[in-house]
Amino acid sequence: MAHAATQGGHHAHDHEHDHESLKTFGFWIFLITDCILFGSLFATYMVLHQNTNGGPTPEELFKMPGIIAETFILLTSSFTSGLAVLGMHKGNMKQLIGWLAVTVLLGASFVGLELMEFINMVNHEGATISTSAFLSAFYALVGTHGLHVSVGLIWMVGLMLQLKRRGITAVTKRKVAVISLYWHFLDVVWIFVFTVVYLMGVM
Amino acid sequence: MLDKIKQFASEFFVTGDPLILGAQVSIGLSMIAMIFVLSYFRKWGWLWREWLTSVDHKRIGIMYIICSIMMLFRGGVDALLMRLQLAMPNSQFLQAEHYNQIFTTHGVIMILFMAMPLMFGLFNIVVPLQIGARDVAYPFLNSLSFWMFFWGAMLFNVSFVIGGSPDAGWLSYPPLSELSHSPGVGQNFYIWGIQISGIGSLATGINFIVTILKMRAPGMKLMKMPMFTWSVFSSCIMIIFAFPILTVTLALLFLDRFLGAHFFTLDGGGNPMMYINLIWMWGHPEVYIVVIPAFGIFSEIVSTFSKKKLFGYKSMVFAMLIISLLSFFTWAHHFFTMGSGADVNAFFAISTMLIAIPTGAKVFNWLFTMFRGKIRFSTPMMWTIAFIPCFVIGGMTGVLLSVAPADFQFHNSYFLIAHFHQVLIGGVAFGYFAGLYYWWPKMFGFKLNEHLGKWAFWTWNIGFYVCFMPQYFLGLDGMTRRTYTYDFDMGWGPLNLVSTVGGFLMGVGFIFQVWQIAHSIKFREPDVTGDPWDGRTLEWSIPSPAPIYNFAVLPEVNEADAWWEQKQKQSLSAKQPAKIVYEPIHMPKNSSIPFLMSALWFFAGFGFVFNWMWLTIPALIGVAITMIARSFSYDTDYYIPADEVKRTEAALKGAKV
Repeated sequence: MAHAATQGGHHAHDHEHDHESLKTFGFWIFLITDCILFGSLFATYMVLHQNTNGGPTPEELFKMPGIIAETFILLTSSFTSGLAVLGMHKGNMKQLIGWLAVTVLLGASFVGLELMEFINMVNHEGATISTSAFLSAFYALVGTHGLHVSVGLIWMVGLMLQLKRRGITAVTKRKVAVISLYWHFLDVVWIFVFTVVYLMGVM
Repeated sequence: MLDKIKQFASEFFVTGDPLILGAQVSIGLSMIAMIFVLSYFRKWGWLWREWLTSVDHKRIGIMYIICSIMMLFRGGVDALLMRLQLAMPNSQFLQAEHYNQIFTTHGVIMILFMAMPLMFGLFNIVVPLQIGARDVAYPFLNSLSFWMFFWGAMLFNVSFVIGGSPDAGWLSYPPLSELSHSPGVGQNFYIWGIQISGIGSLATGINFIVTILKMRAPGMKLMKMPMFTWSVFSSCIMIIFAFPILTVTLALLFLDRFLGAHFFTLDGGGNPMMYINLIWMWGHPEVYIVVIPAFGIFSEIVSTFSKKKLFGYKSMVFAMLIISLLSFFTWAHHFFTMGSGADVNAFFAISTMLIAIPTGAKVFNWLFTMFRGKIRFSTPMMWTIAFIPCFVIGGMTGVLLSVAPADFQFHNSYFLIAHFHQVLIGGVAFGYFAGLYYWWPKMFGFKLNEHLGKWAFWTWNIGFYVCFMPQYFLGLDGMTRRTYTYDFDMGWGPLNLVSTVGGFLMGVGFIFQVWQIAHSIKFREPDVTGDPWDGRTLEWSIPSPAPIYNFAVLPEVNEADAWWEQKQKQSLSAKQPAKIVYEPIHMPKNSSIPFLMSALWFFAGFGFVFNWMWLTIPALIGVAITMIARSFSYDTDYYIPADEVKRTEAALKGAKV
């Protein structure tokens, strides 16, 4: 039994490594499916964005300064999540957790600003999801992105707790790599949201 | 108080129809019987430990198949009710609304809750064994996929007795499926039943792509993969591109119904055509998703039962990949008549017709494999041979439908119904039956009775032609799909009667199959070889049923028919194989999270169906908690010590003598 256990220990290391790279690969494929998901929502938005049904139009609704601030905050958070990964590769736990915390704060302020934007639209312009097809498509697309960001925040907080408890191991390394992938992906999606929804909306 | 309860019950349960009352009573009785049997034999712990929490791909596969056979029964009963109603002109057997519900649930169940799980069941049982792997890439996710499917299917099925079934057709076109036209809860059941199980399907797609790309035995290059594995790979590629579109489509329809959004409504700037485009962007690839693995099964069977290498291996692979690609450029042929214009129709007509070319290449390859082979007419081979003429006719009528101008005549007629049943029953159902017969001994360690199997085969096949050939003529006579009754002077009576007789013959075929399974279990003759068909691929190189770790020692592969090659070599040299050194095997631990998380999804979905946020919100929080719990658990695997592997292998070999 002892023999098997030592052998097991040796193999555990190999397997762990294989297993973690396998999971990262699977996550890439998940991101493909998420691309298709957002692609469908973008297509829906493009088809419906002129159907304002007599309600408010994009020009009336979108307040660009706030949106640009949101954009900068999210882009910066992508950068800080990259710094966290760099810290991890150096084995610097403080740097890793610190930059993750900054990323969470930036992400939370992005979600907060977005929520305020939505609330303003509903309160001051009466622009709800049931006002027009344009707004339905708008809330669905931007809201889905916001929901993704929010899920990422909970995930990141959970991961920070795991890092505190377990340190930098093969498993936590993979987890950090995966969430940073996810975070960059959301950033890319946001660039499309920013261009297709906001810039083209106010143009 | 009592009045309130009575009123609630009368709204909550579907009442007033003797058919449904009968179903409610039988559901209640069978649940009591199940609980009694499990308690009497003290099997709850066994059920929980060995099955409900299992992450073993072989067990998950078996559970998929059991559910699928039950769903085949449910969908089949729906079909027979419809055929009974249509057997005579002016029939009063079913009411119009009830008829609408039945054709809707028949379609949804047969495609999504019968064909898909049967397919996933075979994926699970066969793929890891064929590529020489010990498991799929993500065993936990695999279990989660199964339970999401299971609870999604349950949610869809309870609509029959609680609240009312959906009745807007299997793809639920708006505005019919909108709140304005379907104010009941049926459409909500449709949305959430499919959404929950659809997420499971998507996860399966990812899981098997990674399994096939990353977990093949040493030496198994992509071009040396068995053909079934190739077909699973093509099918999974379609899944990951098509299913997210379904997720979005259903979510948007839900937002329309739940929050009053205007994606597909007639007012508020919505666009119903948008839904029809989106749903077919998923729906057309979906039919290829279910048929391509059947092609893989036929390839394995033709080659095994002709004792020949598959003819044109590379062209088979190429043909499958081309079909997966083209399947995404054909969706608009489902609405040639909705005014897309001549250019769009021409594009989609041509891309649809193009699919006939790779499919034709495959049919010729199967025929050439049989040519000069030593053919054995066992049940798997019988189904394969029956499939070929059936699919050729179905393919040709498909090409007729793909001609846009001709489609203006045929569309939504019984001609179409006959066509797609011909390709789906002849291709998918026959294919999966063939696969089930073929791999049954690998799953359970004994063969199914051939004699009863041939009775099932002939009743199914004869029944099939008797049922669907008349429908082509009914379609040409102008009978449209979803017709619930027709007048005597339409002259459709005789052909409809013949068709109904055929439908019931297929029902008899199903009874033969159930009998066959029961009989074979009772009088089972254990297969001690592990290779009862003289197979060619790796799954036949290990004992049946396979031990939990599949391969004690991972095989090395040089050829597509790896096991066949090995057998040839062994018969040439009588040398004993070198002494085997066993190593500890890394295995995933069982987990109750997939079952619990999916059950919570069921409750969340049920809450959405009735707008009961007091149920939905806690259930969704529960889902989140189970996910977080999984993320925080690091102790998810274990090692089977080498000694235990050695003992298991010795016992299996001892059993062989």
